Amino acid sequence: MGEKKLLRGNEAIAEAAIRAGCRNYFAYPITPQAELLQWMANHMPEEEHGTFLQAESEIGAINMVYGASSAGERTMTSSSSPGISLKQEGISYLAGAELPAVIVNIMRGGPGLGNIQPAQGDYFQTTKGGGHGDYRLIVLGPSTVPEAAELTFEAFELADEYRTPVVVLADGMIGQMMEPVELPERVDASNLPEKPWATTGTDGREPNVIRSFALGAEDLKSLNEGLQDKYSEIKSEETRFEKIGTEDPDILLVAFGTVARIARSARRLAREEGIDAGIFRPITLWPFPDKPLRDLSKKVDTVLTLEMNSGQMVEDVRLSVNSNVDTPFYGEMGGVVPTPESILEEVKQHV
Amino acid sequence: MSKEAVAEETSKMKKVFEGPESLNEEEFSYCPGCHHGVINRLIAEVIDDLGIQDNTIGTAPVGCSVFMYKWFDIDVIQPAHGRVSAVATGVKRARPDLNVFAYQGDGDFASIGTNNSTHAANRGENITVFFVNNTLYGMTGGEMAPTTLLDQKTTTTPHGRNAKDYGYPIKMSEMLAELDGPTYITRQAVYDSKRIDDAKSAMKKAFRIQMEEEGYAMVELLSACPINWGMDPVEANERIKEKVEKVYPLGDIIDRT
Repeated sequence: MGEKKLLRGNEAIAEAAIRAGCRNYFAYPITPQAELLQWMANHMPEEEHGTFLQAESEIGAINMVYGASSAGERTMTSSSSPGISLKQEGISYLAGAELPAVIVNIMRGGPGLGNIQPAQGDYFQTTKGGGHGDYRLIVLGPSTVPEAAELTFEAFELADEYRTPVVVLADGMIGQMMEPVELPERVDASNLPEKPWATTGTDGREPNVIRSFALGAEDLKSLNEGLQDKYSEIKSEETRFEKIGTEDPDILLVAFGTVARIARSARRLAREEGIDAGIFRPITLWPFPDKPLRDLSKKVDTVLTLEMNSGQMVEDVRLSVNSNVDTPFYGEMGGVVPTPESILEEVKQHV
Repeated sequence: MSKEAVAEETSKMKKVFEGPESLNEEEFSYCPGCHHGVINRLIAEVIDDLGIQDNTIGTAPVGCSVFMYKWFDIDVIQPAHGRVSAVATGVKRARPDLNVFAYQGDGDFASIGTNNSTHAANRGENITVFFVNNTLYGMTGGEMAPTTLLDQKTTTTPHGRNAKDYGYPIKMSEMLAELDGPTYITRQAVYDSKRIDDAKSAMKKAFRIQMEEEGYAMVELLSACPINWGMDPVEANERIKEKVEKVYPLGDIIDRT
């Protein structure tokens, strides 16, 4: 790891992307991710071949990503919930055409215009589809600013390795909060792995084609089977999670992102009252770490899911754990952030 | 004569005509009398003439020319409907050393993608755009497009387009020419050999502008869709000359080279 800096989450994500070799960034302003765009506007032009372009719309931005990725370059766009909704068509095309790209969602309250407070209401949209057709995205859920930088950096590696869009799913709290961050070492952007599939001009070879289109049913079936094989591989190789105090807990808390961070404070409060609340934190929201959670759930009677929404990840939790385990849910909506005390109250009701 | 004898005889002859290098042997899937085939071929000829086959990227629309990747012997990208100018922008910004062309129909360029088309033009993106205007949606079954002429019958304006409900034929080229960004905007047709020659010159110029980094060049091409117009190919050519050109006159609209 390299240099240490005090950065806002949005800035840390932007800087990590540049250090990961992203040289093409396209986006449209929206709160609470505006600092990400502004950081890129200031710093991308300092890079050799660095492209910063404020697009005419979110739809324009995601399609510029489609173009830059087709040309074999590391590329990213970022936005917040309503803007991410506009990008869904493009994300489906990226997945179908197997193009690597990094998409950052600094979630805010919804539905509709909602507000600009932190929320986690886009879990379904991001992990279950969002756009049309059968596809999955690798979804990374950081819970601190340093982790947001680390996962953004890694997102570019994963995107290239699997030729797939990767989403960094954070919320307005992480985007706006400042923390000391140890930034990753810069990769040599001129010496990234070859992409022999990219449309870079034939230059003597057979033409390359980037498309998600296959008119014949059998052709499209085989394209889909290829995608599903890839998703199976991602599921077996890339599932990530963190366990905190899960040796012999009285209750297991499941939370991601900002809520997981608050759950740690709630865990400390609970311990003062003699309750051992273990925490299971999915880092990859897709692939969801179902098996590790199932194994862990055998140690407890209750798995309490905590989210800043009306209960979205809890559906994956319920699919993962044994049926004899109780699976209550506690969530706040509309940009209200749960406090350690409110979580403790909830924990006490179930122990 | 046997096949072998024919081959023997022809091998002695001087070749006076052949297909462009930038197309392969695959047959076009366009309907008889459709102008896409002529326009596709002209693009390929221009690419050959300029010697840029190895470093040119095509971006194709959704619609009848969605299959461009099948017959062009260059790298091709298939974007979403309407987004061709944005995708071409992404390629060109990432790799300014490549030549990038956007091939867009009137639904793509002038309706669902107007925002992307307009802003690419306004930024003066260094790309070459071919905007094929056949006054309706060809592949989906002949529905009204924003370019449909007044009184023109389509499958969604069965009594003819009326201005009260659907406004007027959109003049994209004139609209974009109001902007300061574009370098060259022209409208051409391909219904006879003179128009084909003129169109080819304009298309070549549009590529040259990109190669010389002079910015945005767009060639609008009036195109026939005999099947959806309910005409034979000759009548369709006549319609362009007699009716379509009256609304969309041919010629350069701006030239800031």
